[in-house]
Amino acid sequence: MNQNEPDTGKSGDVAPGDTGDIGTSVRNYLIGLVLAAGLTAASFWVAGGTSLIYAPGVAMGLAALAIGQMGVHLVFFLHITTGPDNTNNVLALAFGVLIVGIVIAGSLWIMYHLNGNMMVPSQIMDMHLQH
Amino acid sequence: MPAAELARIDHERRQARVALVEGREPGITPVKYSEPAEHGAHKRGPGVEVGARNQGPAPKRIVTGYGFWIFLLSDFILFSGFYAAYAVLSHATAGGPTPGKLFNLRTVAIETAFLLISSFVCGMATLASNARNMLWTQIGYCVTGVLGLGFLILEFSEFGRMLAEGAGPGRSAFLSAFFALVGLHGLHVTVGLLWLGTMMAQFWAKGFRADVLRRGMCFALFWHALDIIWVGIFTNVYLLGTSP
Repeated sequence: MNQNEPDTGKSGDVAPGDTGDIGTSVRNYLIGLVLAAGLTAASFWVAGGTSLIYAPGVAMGLAALAIGQMGVHLVFFLHITTGPDNTNNVLALAFGVLIVGIVIAGSLWIMYHLNGNMMVPSQIMDMHLQH
Repeated sequence: MPAAELARIDHERRQARVALVEGREPGITPVKYSEPAEHGAHKRGPGVEVGARNQGPAPKRIVTGYGFWIFLLSDFILFSGFYAAYAVLSHATAGGPTPGKLFNLRTVAIETAFLLISSFVCGMATLASNARNMLWTQIGYCVTGVLGLGFLILEFSEFGRMLAEGAGPGRSAFLSAFFALVGLHGLHVTVGLLWLGTMMAQFWAKGFRADVLRRGMCFALFWHALDIIWVGIFTNVYLLGTSP
């Protein structure tokens, strides 16, 4: 292979971050920027306290917006897509998401039950005072 | 057997092996590993499997990008540990300041905007470098770096303000977890800025060589990934912490 040529499009795979022609690429980045900015603004708006959302649902709403924005970043900035040329990247991402989910959800689950089940009443009082 | 004879036989064998590998031996056709298949060859239809199998190893750009993607995913897993620690400890304020009292959402919004625009401009710089436009590549990286620096300055001034108020990492478990998580992200941004500086210098000094372009691609992936991590931080730490 010629070392001076960018070797895109010649194989069946693409690297994360690989892009097509420049007009389409700029347009994709712009779409990503607008979507991400919109989702960020929505997050700050929801967190600022709005009467449109049932208050205990705010955390869920924020989580949904954050996950949506991460998806926007992955697709429009890192160019992780579901195309046949992207299978390796998507599979690696799926494994990463699995581990991240296990670590975060598992930690919260375990610590919640530790707090709930394994304390004598006086310590529970201490925990309440700390809150 | 005399030494000269041994050397001669050895030499003949070596030559034969070289000839075999290079395909000069009669009756042997050389195998071409890097024959480029035309674009979209894997879509030709059922039964015609001329995809990756006949091409040999993938181009270096693909391999490098994939490897760096694996690294980024491992970085996400590192951060997930810090996220989990923060989520577990965020209520353990030990009578000290609570998230709602400490954080200033206006600063966080500006930091977020800086990082998002920086990520976008970094993408533009990558496109400019792929198009071999030195001026726009350098301008793009420069803007990316200035915005990243603005983010860091805001973040560290917030840290300084908190430390001055006595809300340092030693105050409570919540603040330890906070400084660990946000500080780790800030450390990543700092490293990213150093890398950015070396990328600008490399493009300037070495031009748009294939290896430098690969490094630029990896840097862009790194910078975008930092933005993804920041999305998690501003939601989990700042917005959830201050929402009524």
